[in-house]
Amino acid sequence: MLQVQGSPEVHDVVVIGSGAGGGTVVKVLTDLGVNVTLLEAGPMLNPIKDFKEHVWPYQVDHRGAGPHAERYFGKSPYGFGYFTAPAGNWTLDGEPYTVAEGSQFKWWRARIMGGRTNHYGRISLRFSDYDFKPYSFDGLGTDWPVSYDEMSPYYDKAEEFMGITGTREGLRTAPDGKFLPPIAPRVHETLIQKACQKLNMPCIPSRMAMLTKSIHGRAACHYCGQCGRGCQTASAFTSSQAMIFPAMKTGKLRVITGAMARELIADDRGRVTAVSYVEKATRAEKKIRCRAVVVAASACESARLLLNSTSPRFPNGLANESGMVGRNLTDTTGYDLSGYVPALANLPRHNCDGIGGMHVYMPWWLLDDKKKDFPRGYHIEVGGGFDMPELGHAHGREGYGVALKSKIREDYGAWVGFSGRGEMIPNASSYCEIDPATVDQWGIPVLRFHFRWSEHEIKQVRHMHDTFAAIIETMGGKVTGRRHPERGVDAISIGGEIIHEAGTVRMSDDSKQGPLNRWCQAHDVKNLFVADAAPFLGNPDKNVTLSIVALAWRTAEYLAEEMRKGNV
Amino acid sequence: MSEADQVSRRELLRGLGISAALATSGAGLVTLEAAQHAHNAVAENKSAAKGEYTPKCFTAREFQTLRRLSDLIIPADDHSPGALEAGAAEWIDYMAGNSTELAQIFTGGFGWLDHHMQRLYGADFVDAKPADQIAMLDVIAFRKNETPENAEAVRFFSWVRNLVTDAYYTSPIGVKDLGYMGNTAVSEFHVPEEALQYALKRSPFA
Repeated sequence: MLQVQGSPEVHDVVVIGSGAGGGTVVKVLTDLGVNVTLLEAGPMLNPIKDFKEHVWPYQVDHRGAGPHAERYFGKSPYGFGYFTAPAGNWTLDGEPYTVAEGSQFKWWRARIMGGRTNHYGRISLRFSDYDFKPYSFDGLGTDWPVSYDEMSPYYDKAEEFMGITGTREGLRTAPDGKFLPPIAPRVHETLIQKACQKLNMPCIPSRMAMLTKSIHGRAACHYCGQCGRGCQTASAFTSSQAMIFPAMKTGKLRVITGAMARELIADDRGRVTAVSYVEKATRAEKKIRCRAVVVAASACESARLLLNSTSPRFPNGLANESGMVGRNLTDTTGYDLSGYVPALANLPRHNCDGIGGMHVYMPWWLLDDKKKDFPRGYHIEVGGGFDMPELGHAHGREGYGVALKSKIREDYGAWVGFSGRGEMIPNASSYCEIDPATVDQWGIPVLRFHFRWSEHEIKQVRHMHDTFAAIIETMGGKVTGRRHPERGVDAISIGGEIIHEAGTVRMSDDSKQGPLNRWCQAHDVKNLFVADAAPFLGNPDKNVTLSIVALAWRTAEYLAEEMRKGNV
Repeated sequence: MSEADQVSRRELLRGLGISAALATSGAGLVTLEAAQHAHNAVAENKSAAKGEYTPKCFTAREFQTLRRLSDLIIPADDHSPGALEAGAAEWIDYMAGNSTELAQIFTGGFGWLDHHMQRLYGADFVDAKPADQIAMLDVIAFRKNETPENAEAVRFFSWVRNLVTDAYYTSPIGVKDLGYMGNTAVSEFHVPEEALQYALKRSPFA
């Protein structure tokens, strides 16, 4: 047993994790004058050094292939590629997780200040009214103890702070927010809009966390399209640059990096008294005392920490008297299809980088359709245009010589891609638990995943395929990409692959149904809060980050108020 | 990355940092200049070190074969220079020098190619007449021609084509050939009407 070092100092609030949820709690609490200590398992982020913005592939000797050509053999150490912001990977050295037999699951974990917000897609969609009351809507899933009307003011705050592009459309499936000016559609996106018009589908300006206008001292976007690499000017939202760095300047925030939380220590009265963590640099176990703790380590990592925090008073893990910690794990469904559009061949060249990712998208449009054979729905993300040529640009071709070279030139920018992102209905077969047989390099027990898509998701993905093919054909194009919806469950992305895990420490007004109350406060441990996607009761077809920020904002205000009243 | 390049890259990143700190409002135009300046500096360092290239992984003969293949795959045309000028063979030699897996794919492929060129035309690939080289490529450059006897060569050629095009289209010459105009800071996003009309006119929505 390592010697545990502790100090008598009592920290006001300890926040564990620095992503969208942790960053928001840090920002809101420090703004309200509360002293916060932030634990992050990874190192400090240095955007100047860590973000490869504006770097051409030829400025790096291996051009992104990796120093030992790893990319060519499916062994890239960079996750989403060499140029992407350093925000984790599918595997982490010394930190395994396991997947139960018969299940498939992929878990992207970040270990750096700002977490996954350093690289994420920044699609920012409000959940709809029915997303908060799914059971009332169609008898599936469980209603949230929170309604859209209660969340709406927090969406306002999140949007006004983060900076989200968009337009007011009056759609129930895509509630309007406080938007920055939208960005014009690219050429292929105009064609997609016209195709959607013909097909009676909405195709509206995208809602993205990039600044089309300077706000809160962050520079307006300079339209290099490289948000995924990280943005030196913080024009694309990250919790690190927009929330944590400013909070560090207030004098209210103490940051401890390289700190891997091991367990929360509770007293006999059912209150967290301290957080025990491994100081990774020395492998020493440290303990800090606290008045309150906010767990924001990402849905699954937060569940893991609670399950590992056992004591005679809490033998099944902290805040787990309901036995629901780890249950109701969901991800988003994913299905992609691409097509070649002759109208775009030899398109006159221009700079179409814009903001990183799509400028238009299709919100769900068949909410009231009684004929479809699956519940809820999906939104569609679009790709295409003149991307910066990177490795793989001309892979999969045939032939050689001038014919090949001319064809590559002619085809540049003539492909469009569609990605469906759909709702998964929580099911009893999808959950995470502690694997009794495996520990990480610090001896902390790891998670074992169980995951299953149901018939709902299989049918939904088949519908995605038919829709995408129809759009491509309406544009005069030809489907070229993967085309096997008949593979059923195998046609869907692997669980976890879309990186929208949610639901593992859910809220409920009934303490037997969910570990957290409507304020994301543990029913059994009043000074314990959770602030990531773990409290979610469902995982609608709207990317989770904006809702994580909005919910964490509400949680942080409640916590500050409870501290002021002396209840915490 | 050479020592000189590393210095330049550090300078580049430092330059970006300084401008980023200054650019708290308005577009990051300074950032762009810093990036371009450093990018030129990197290019200059590279050309200063230029001389006769000595392959680091392949034999001189293998390297000549690779150069010839790269020229056949992406030749110079009236639009732009080709893979030779873009240094595709040099880059592949560099990468193969850092990956035994990659090196073996190429040396094995060169061996197959010379062996079969000798059998068919009585000369190694580099010494064969251009017409014979082309005749060989007309077989192995197309998956539809794959037979159990040449499957290995079709796969090898696919590797060569992938790496030659990778080297080419990530080089300044290749970027220019495609006409990619981004990776730069601009104060507003704008779609040229000419491009929009070009696509609309050719689309079903005309």
